[in-house]
Formats: sequence, C-alpha cells, structure tokens
Amino acid sequence: MSPETYAQVSNLLIPTATVIYAIAMVSHAMEWALGRTAVAVKSEVQDQVLVASDGTPAAGGTTDGVESPAVENAGRTARMDAASRIGLLLTWLGFVLHLGGVVTRGLAAERVPWGNMYEFSITASLAVAIVYLVFVQRYKLQWLGLGVTLVVAAVLGLASLALYTPAGPLVPALHSYWLVIHVAAAAISGGAFTVGGLVSVLYLVKARAERKVLAGGAMSASLRRLPSAEAMDGTAYKVLAFAFPLWTFGVLVAGPIWAEYAWGRYWGWDPKEVWSLVTWVVYAAYLHARATAGWRGRRAAIIAIVGWFVFIFNFVGVNLLVSGLHSYAGV
Amino acid sequence: MTEIKERVATPEPPPELPALGLVGWLRWTWRQLTSMKTALVLLFLLALGAVPGSLIPQTGVDPIGVADFLEANPKLGPFYDKLGLFDVYKSAWFSAIYLLLFISLIGCVVPRLGVYLKAVRARPPQPPRNLHKLAAYETYDADSADGVLEAATRELKRRRYRVEQYDGAVAAERGYLREAGNLLFHFSLILALLGVAWGSLFGYRGTVLVVEGNGFSNSVAQYDDFTSGQAFTGDDDLPPFSLTVQNFAVKFQESGPQRGAAREFNAALTYQESPDGPEKSYDLRVNHPLKLDGSSVYLLGHGYAPKVTVKDGDGKVAFSGPAPFLPQDGNFSSFGVIKAPDARPLALGFEGFFLPTAVIDERGPRSVFPDDLDPALAMTAYYGRPQKETGKPESVYQLDKTKLTQFENGDDKLRFQLQPGDSFTLPDKAGSITFDGYSAWVKIQISHTPGTDVALGGIMLAILGLMGSLFVHPRRTWVRVRTQDGRTVVEIAGLDRGADRGVAGELRTLAKTLTSTTQEKP
Ligand code: HEM
Repeated sequence: MSPETYAQVSNLLIPTATVIYAIAMVSHAMEWALGRTAVAVKSEVQDQVLVASDGTPAAGGTTDGVESPAVENAGRTARMDAASRIGLLLTWLGFVLHLGGVVTRGLAAERVPWGNMYEFSITASLAVAIVYLVFVQRYKLQWLGLGVTLVVAAVLGLASLALYTPAGPLVPALHSYWLVIHVAAAAISGGAFTVGGLVSVLYLVKARAERKVLAGGAMSASLRRLPSAEAMDGTAYKVLAFAFPLWTFGVLVAGPIWAEYAWGRYWGWDPKEVWSLVTWVVYAAYLHARATAGWRGRRAAIIAIVGWFVFIFNFVGVNLLVSGLHSYAGV
Repeated sequence: MTEIKERVATPEPPPELPALGLVGWLRWTWRQLTSMKTALVLLFLLALGAVPGSLIPQTGVDPIGVADFLEANPKLGPFYDKLGLFDVYKSAWFSAIYLLLFISLIGCVVPRLGVYLKAVRARPPQPPRNLHKLAAYETYDADSADGVLEAATRELKRRRYRVEQYDGAVAAERGYLREAGNLLFHFSLILALLGVAWGSLFGYRGTVLVVEGNGFSNSVAQYDDFTSGQAFTGDDDLPPFSLTVQNFAVKFQESGPQRGAAREFNAALTYQESPDGPEKSYDLRVNHPLKLDGSSVYLLGHGYAPKVTVKDGDGKVAFSGPAPFLPQDGNFSSFGVIKAPDARPLALGFEGFFLPTAVIDERGPRSVFPDDLDPALAMTAYYGRPQKETGKPESVYQLDKTKLTQFENGDDKLRFQLQPGDSFTLPDKAGSITFDGYSAWVKIQISHTPGTDVALGGIMLAILGLMGSLFVHPRRTWVRVRTQDGRTVVEIAGLDRGADRGVAGELRTLAKTLTSTTQEKP
C-alpha cells in the first residue's frame, strides 16, 4: 500500500474507534444507571454492603482490589453485568481499531506516529487504553470503564476535530532511536498516570461517601458498586508504582540522551524538560508520602491528581502556551 | 506498615528547646533537615520553584525574550531580575532548595546504610504467640510431627525464603531486596547529582557560525558565544583541533503539508585533531555529532551568506566576501548587513534581506521557499563620515546607525534589488555594490560536559534500585507444630509488609504441599 492509502485507512479507523469507544462509554453509563435502580430495590443487601465498604475489611484481604463476594455481587443484576461486559468488549474493539489507526498513521508518515500533537494525542490515548486493558483483569478495574472510555473518546475526538495534521515526515532533529524510546516510555507512563489519576478521583468520591456512611448517612446506589476506598487506594498506588520507574527512564534517561544527540546538551531547562521534571518530583513525593509519611488515602490521592494535571499541562499547556525546542512540527 | 512507621518516628527532640544550647540546637536542626517530612516539603518546593523558569524567559535559553520582557515591563522587569527570575536555575534560592534536598538526602540515607547492613544479616524473627491472629492463617491436624518442619523448610527455601529454625517452629522471611533497592535508589541519586555537578563545573559550550569553505580552530576567541563552568580555566582546557566546512547540503520538502520543512542537512567537514595531525573528513548531520577528544561538534543550524563586492567612491574595493545573513522565518528570508567602514571618501554600510526564493509585491520583499530557487538581495544603503578605529567590538549583524545617513532616492529612501551577478551604483558617485553569489553557512556548537557517564550510570542504577524498592514485597511466614489435646496441630501463618500481596494464597498452597508430602492419606 502507498503512504496515501495508509493515511486514508488511518483517517477512517481513528474516527471509527472514537465512535466505538463512545458507544462503550454509553454501555458503561447504562451499567451505572441500572446499578442505581437495582440497589434501591434490593434493600436487604444494603446492610451487607455498608459493612464491607466502611474501609475495615474483616479479613484484611481487600487491598488487592479483590472484593469480598458480598460487595462484588451486591446489587448486581444480570443486566448490569451484561452492560459491563458489552462495554469492555466494545472497548477492546475500539482499541483494535485505534491500534490499527495509529499503526497505519505511522506507515503513512514512514516513521513513528508521534511527530506532532495530533499524533501524540492518538498515541497517548492508545497508551491509556493499553494500560487499562492490561490491568483490567488483574486489578479488577471494570468499574473504571466509564472513566477510561470517556477520556479516550474525548481525547480522540478532540484530536480528530481540533488537532488534525495530514501525515508527513519529521523534521531531521526528531530522527533517532532514542526519540522512539523516549516517547514510548512517556506515552505508556502517561497512560498509567491517567488511569492512576482517574482511580484517585473516584477514590476521593468513594471515601467521602464512606465517611458519610460512618456518620450515619446513606450511600448512593451507584457509588456502592465501586470497590472499597481502601482497595481503590491500593490500585492507584500499584498503577503509579508501575508508571514511576518508566517515567524516570523516559524523561531522565532516554530524553537527555536524545537531547544530547540532537542539541548537544542533555539538559537545558527547556519548558518541556522543566515540566517533565516537575511531574517526576510530584510522583516521587507521592511515593514518599505513602511510604514514609503514612499519607495514604486522601492526601496521597490529591498528590496523584496534582501529578496527573501537571502531566497533562506538560503535554497540552506547554506545547500551546510556551515555546521551546520541543515545539513540534506543524502543531 | 507498623515497622515503617516506627522507623520514621525518630525520637522527637525534647520540647524545652531554648535550654538546648548550640549543640542541641544544631542537632535539632539536623534532625529536622533530615526528616522525611522536610524531604517531602523540599521536593514540593523544588517542583514549585522550577515552574517560573518555564513561564518567564530565561537568560540562558532565550536572551532576546528577556530583553523584550524587560522592555515591555519596565516596573516588573527589574523586580523579577532581583528575584533571579530570569535565571531561575542558577539563582541563589533555587540552588538553596536543591542543596538542602541533597544534604537532606545524604543525611537521611547514610545513617540508614548501617541500619540496613544489620537488617540484611538479620534472621527471620521468632513466631508470635498467637499465629491465628495474623492476616493469613492455615491449620490442619497432622498424623505426626515427624518431618513437617523439615518439609516446610525445604518448601520455603524453594520459594526463596530465608529460613530459621526455632523450637517447634520455623520462621521464614523474604524480600530483603526491597530495602537494598531503596538504598541503591537514593545513593544512585546522589551519584547522578554529583555527575551533573561535575559537568556544570568543568564543562563548556560555545557556538560559532562558519561559512562554507571557511575554517575554525578551537580557541575561546574564535567563538561567537561561549559559556563555561566555574572550574573551566581557558584555552588550556580546549582540545586543539581545527576544522573546515567544505560543503553544506540541505534538502527541503517540496510538496505536501510540510512543504519547506528541512529533511536532511549535511555539512562535509575536514578536520585535524591537533595542528600537525593528519587531515580527516566527516559528514556532520543533525543527531550525528563529531566526537573529538572529549568534545562534541554539533550542527545546530544553517543559513545563507551572500557574497558581495563593495567599491568605494574612489573605485577601490572596500569590502569583498560572504556576509552571513540570519534567517527570520521558515522560508529563510534572511536579514543581514554589509559594512565598508574603510570606503572613501564616504564610509558605506548596507542593510537588507537575502531571499532564496524571492517575491516582491505590495507586502514587501520576502522569500516563499527556503531553497535557492530564485535568489535576490533587497537592500538599502547608508553613508557616513569615516571614523577612527575604536577597537570596540561590534555586532556583525547590525549597523550602528548613529553616525550614518540613509541614501535617498527622490523623496523616498533608497531601495534596490539585485539578482546574482547584478551591480548597483550608489547616488553621488559614492560607490557601487555587486552581488557576486552566495554560499551557505552553518552554525556549529562545540561542547564538552564531563560526568555525563556518571550521571547516566547513576540514574540507571537508581531505576534498578527503584524497581527493587517498588516491586519487591517482603513477606514473613511461620510454620509451627504443637500438640494439643493429643492431636498434632500444624499452624501456618504469614504477613505481608505494606499492602496485602496475596499471602493467603501462598499459605494455602504451602499447606497443600505439606499435607501431600507428609500425610500418608489425604
Ligand atoms: C531527591 C529526592 C528524592 C527522591 C526522588 C526519592 C524517591 C524515593 C522513592 C521513589 C522511594 C520509594 C518509596 C516506596 O518504597 O514506595 C523513596 C523512599 C524513601 N525515601 Fe526517598 N527520595 C528522595 C529524597 C529523599 C530524602 C531527602 C530522604 C530523607 C530525608 C528520603 C528518604 C526516604 C525514605 C526513608 C524512604 C523509605 C520508604 C520505604 O522504606 O518504603 N528520600 N524515596
């Protein structure tokens, strides 16, 4: 196939993937809506749930994201399970199309597909999907489906509508193996930062609801379906612990090596470098806060969310607002 | 988790601070500085402190931006300057943050090295009295106590536990590498920082613009601009090489959305590593620096240098040769000046644009493509009284117009365009200018940063340590055999340090293995 054909295929696949992700999102949204009514009916299950979700699991074994059966099945109906499974299936389908779109984009441009913001957006959102799909079984992340499909569909939609640039080769400074390694590491860890950030946001919501329950209040039905706050805290930590070494490698090893080749200095306090370092420091602080200051839960979650915003700003804000050597071709 | 908390909760200083005296006060300060909370605060400060440098133009990265900012903000500018906001990463307060962090880091991990060295040799501790209270617990009745502890020891060793025998029980622990990884991480971080510091003290970096066909020999005076660390002493520290740019070739994208973007640069060099060394050649490209005796030569940029001949009013040649013009846009509309201060009776100066693919319309002269498809010079000219040589350095890219007057053409300023080969005669027999042709120039950066290997090695080791610290999960397991009411009871219990990592599952398999190897019938 010629580059033009690849480009056309890519331009077809990316919007299709966006639509599929959006449908997956609707499916997950339905799952939540169904959860609302289902639990309202099954009031006898309610007590069980309240005990299990107050954050003090009797067996001490729920931090792995493995919910006790009572919570897992509480208020679930066959229809909700179906909606959840359809959502995940559609996410897989969207992912396959998305992957195809990114690969053909690379073939069209005859290089790695992250030479400008459009390409970095479609690749980074692919990384979010990868991280989610890799961890979804292991850490039982199905409950994150709505958030992930929302983010991926939104980023893809925005990329197609606002950032689209036709495929073309890179400017010479961008040719290097280290660029490939650098951006791949940054994209995958960015995907994990996003998943970790989403989990942390939901953690805050759930933890607040749990505190209300302890004070004698009631928890809304859809929140009850989330894992316990403690389990979510553990999940966020695991995903971010995976991301941090990768990010360290991406921005403190691969990036400087590339900069050394391309610009003759490995570190030059370019805005992009500064914000990568800030991201790194924030996540280092996150790990410290958890490991030594005992800041689990709320404060750790806030740091994780701050880190996520810093990461997003580095990608979007710095490219658009601040000029530097990292400005991409044809933004 | 309890263990970590204990370790962190170092004994607080006594509350009656004033009575401590100098030594006590110093000790208190040191404790505060090396506490984990302080490290955390310093980390946040570092992140916060790095931000203004990315939003406000920095002298080291964008000196023109700084000048513009100062001009646009006459009140705020000097205030920012006092705060060091135009050179954040060298400012006193930023240095203070990372130095404190560095000290905190050393003060925090060096004492822990001793603690760790003890811990790494430590034997797994005695089983607690009430094993069934632990997070994971299995028990079964055995036919006899014979062989159970031996089988448990074998199985636990196979599972990479360190095993210790106690009376009627075995204790096992694994995951000692977590702490080792954590220490490796922090020590390597120190190593990396030392590497970076070494580079910034002893390194240098300079740039120079060389026109095709011309040469450069490595000495501070030959650079257009040059920066070096505090410990750099001068020419003695520069390797004595020289190079000549024989030829420069560039390819531009001719069609498509990125039309005009450069695709390939290539500067063909010849060089000598020392004045009497053999001459070698090298193709200098982006991403392919030339390494010479610890220094690296990079290709940073390129442009056009029109060649002109200026004759003065007396008919003598007052200037001849290439003059580098600086590109102003993506299509290489390049601005530059030509100075002929020795022209007589009037000194002459020219200013204007070189346009590789010229279009001149109502929007003025500009280039529409970066390659030299239809080159032209669009210039204006100045005259002035001959001046004495002052020896004061002057920019080669700007005319000092304070003592010059622009030529006029009727009511308008004088403007003229030249194709290669064209000449233009100035009014009043002041002289003439001929556009002989043009060549390319390249901007070369030569730099040397020692310690990069140390910094790189440090970071790599740090990542290795980090993986140990994040992915190794210490776990303790105990197996005890005791007799109770005439039965032989085997108890297996375990504990994950930190978050639960599925210890219960492992105990279940352990119990199964033990029953199947030591029980006669199921
Ligand atoms: C340059 C900044 C620093 C960075 C990037 C950094 C990074 C880290 C990381 C990633 C961990 C692992 C956390 C975990 O085990 O989950 C850690 C742990 C730790 N850090 Fe740092 N650190 C830094 C500075 C410091 C300083 C200055 C101190 C001392 C005051 C310190 C003391 C500790 C301690 C005690 C732990 C132990 C955590 C544990 O045992 O689980 N760190 N650090």
